[in-house]
Amino acid sequence: MLTFVARKLGGLIATLVVASVVIFAVLEVLPGDPASLMLGVNAQPDTIAALRSELGLDQPAAARYLSWVGGFFVGDFGISYTYRVPVAELIADRAMVSLPLALMALILSTAIALPLGTLAAAGHNRWPDVSIMSFAQLGVAVPNFWFGILLVYLFAVTLRWLPAGGFAGWDAGLGPAFASLALPAIALALPQAAILARVMRSALLDVLHEDYIRTARAKGLTAGSTIWRHGVRNALIPVLTILGLQFAFLIAGTIIIENVFYLPGLGRLIFQAVAQRDLIVVQSLVVLLVASVVTVNFLVDLAYAWVDPRLRHGRR
Amino acid sequence: MDRHLRALVLGAALATGLVGSAVAAKTTATIGMRLEPPHLDPTAGAAAAIDEIVYQNIFEGLTQIDESGQVQPDLAESWTISEDGLTYTFKLRDGVTFHDGTSFDAEDVKFSFERAKAEDSTNAQKRIFEPIESITAVDPTTVEIKLSRPAGSFLFDLGWGDAVIVAPESADTNKTDPVGTGAFKFDRWVKGDRVEISSFDDYWGTSAKLTGATFKFIGDPAAALAAVLAGDVDAFPNFPATENLPQLEADPRFDVVVGTTEGETILALNNKRPPFDNKKVRQAISHAIDRQAVIDGAMFGYGTPIGSHFAPHNPAYVDLTGLYAYDPAKAKALLDEAGDGDGFKATLKLPPTTYARRSGEIIASELGKIGIEVEIIPVEWAQWLEEVFRGGDFDMTIVSHTEPLDIDIYARDDYYFGYDNPEFDAIIEKLQSEADTDARNALYEQAQRMIAEDAVNAFLFQLPKAGVWDKNLKGLWANAPIQANDLTDASWQQ
Repeated sequence: MLTFVARKLGGLIATLVVASVVIFAVLEVLPGDPASLMLGVNAQPDTIAALRSELGLDQPAAARYLSWVGGFFVGDFGISYTYRVPVAELIADRAMVSLPLALMALILSTAIALPLGTLAAAGHNRWPDVSIMSFAQLGVAVPNFWFGILLVYLFAVTLRWLPAGGFAGWDAGLGPAFASLALPAIALALPQAAILARVMRSALLDVLHEDYIRTARAKGLTAGSTIWRHGVRNALIPVLTILGLQFAFLIAGTIIIENVFYLPGLGRLIFQAVAQRDLIVVQSLVVLLVASVVTVNFLVDLAYAWVDPRLRHGRR
Repeated sequence: MDRHLRALVLGAALATGLVGSAVAAKTTATIGMRLEPPHLDPTAGAAAAIDEIVYQNIFEGLTQIDESGQVQPDLAESWTISEDGLTYTFKLRDGVTFHDGTSFDAEDVKFSFERAKAEDSTNAQKRIFEPIESITAVDPTTVEIKLSRPAGSFLFDLGWGDAVIVAPESADTNKTDPVGTGAFKFDRWVKGDRVEISSFDDYWGTSAKLTGATFKFIGDPAAALAAVLAGDVDAFPNFPATENLPQLEADPRFDVVVGTTEGETILALNNKRPPFDNKKVRQAISHAIDRQAVIDGAMFGYGTPIGSHFAPHNPAYVDLTGLYAYDPAKAKALLDEAGDGDGFKATLKLPPTTYARRSGEIIASELGKIGIEVEIIPVEWAQWLEEVFRGGDFDMTIVSHTEPLDIDIYARDDYYFGYDNPEFDAIIEKLQSEADTDARNALYEQAQRMIAEDAVNAFLFQLPKAGVWDKNLKGLWANAPIQANDLTDASWQQ
């Protein structure tokens, strides 16, 4: 087990090192200079040079790479070129919007999808199944940003129940903060819920054909109790796998949704930082996202290995 | 204090007694903006979004530019200019304090301008300060500035956001915590979301009528429309979704005000690169473009056609739109004369603004009709600056030059469109030393005609400023002679 963990951990670190080099190199060759962009069309060359040296951009690329990566070990991601505040602070502030949003969407999609998927499987090929799956089909087809715009027109413009966008801030209290996240969370959750409901339904249908279900029924268990006690529990395994995968999609989805709802989250930060060539912010954010994905994969690997001893010996 | 109390009592009365018939008197305004500024120091960056928050609201200069584009006194209450145009003596206002309580005097002016002029200065308009030879604080309220050469637009230039007065105590932290002398002081900046300002109690002039304001950043045009319709913002002075203006005009809750800007939108041609180095080719391109079709198609009818690089609302403007009237047959003939009758291929690099992208589509199709096969290359701003503006690597591009009175860019060496004409340079040089308004206007007219005759670029239209705001919100600028959202005069109509 120990060698397995060490091997996986080594892979994780190697991935991060390679990722940081690739990201740095790609941004290095990307046309556009942050100092030149900030000073605009009337700036004189000596002014741009002065700003470049103030930002440390006149240093050789290798030195900049090393000081950037070196900072990681002490939690220092550098100073944003445009905002002039620590990158770590920027990211932490934005994460306070994006993570709760993604989490709300995840909970919401699960809360909608699991009961509906179960209901559809229980009423297989009858009206509950047909109607739920039609809606699920629609949910998969509708892009979340467009759905977000529709929600804004109904709840913000017409009914005026919720704000059209923006984030009140956690210091404004939980009520206003959750109110600002409600519509974006719904917009993100529904397409996910549609996918999840379909997975739940097919997983449950598979399980319901198993022998042990017939045995349970033969013992005299009612149809409802059978589905609940033997069906749903076993069907949850593939559903949880999909759920884990979807979290990454949710984070990606927030980039678009945050722009539709002008929320100050990580997605909007990365979008702005690319346009403004705030390269140090882009770099750090992308590495952080890569790190979170490989860490999740690492944990999943560990969990699989725990469950299935064969995997510990690399025969996956 | 008394006024505040009255406002409070009135507000309370309205809130308790008149619920249903009226909302509590509003004393703050939320202003929508498309882009978030990188920081809030107008003396260290070119982003329009910085000035759109701080100009006149937080920071003030010796002079200011008013809504009609005229120079007005600001921190300098008056000035005298020596006979030879080389010495400017400014009489400063007394009793002015910065938001942090430090007092303003002649030393602050000296500090601000010397900082902007210094070798390590990161002022985006450093050229404003380039003619300054020396600055002397004669006494606390008198500053004498000596120039090394006459600068005809010096007073106007001092009204730019880049020339505002900052204090030595706070200059280094203005990027994140701006301290000025304006009617509003900075409260906080929730990055990515909004900037909040509130009225400054010890302001030297007439206090702001609003008690505070919030600038909210909404980048997406559809989201901007939703925010206006939902009442989340009270005003969107530069409304990005032009196609939705008719809908807002029809809505009785809003005022839609279309004003002018200093933005001459041009199809810039690389005068150094064949075949654009041939005047006949450039003239052909000018004749091939139907400006009104571009305005109707790309700008939904908002915008004024131009025939040279000059703003139509300026007193010195000459209408040269007839010089190259839309005439595809003549354009084709000119191409034949130039020896390019079979047409050629060219690229058109388009920055990310809506006006550029939409105009580009129409112009590409119009040029196609005379045999110029246009390949459109969309670029980001950073890329445009590096490749087109600084690198000169382009055939054609579309951009709006938003600096006021910037026809002198045609005299600059190595400017990106590569126009080189000693006669034109001479006109601009004369302008720099000419103080008489009539003589200046005559020179401006000559300059406009010369670049129009030479068809340096294809001049398209003056960029409009379309603002949308609650119809009870008064005192916002209709025009944008400089990039600003001056709120010092804004108020709610009761």
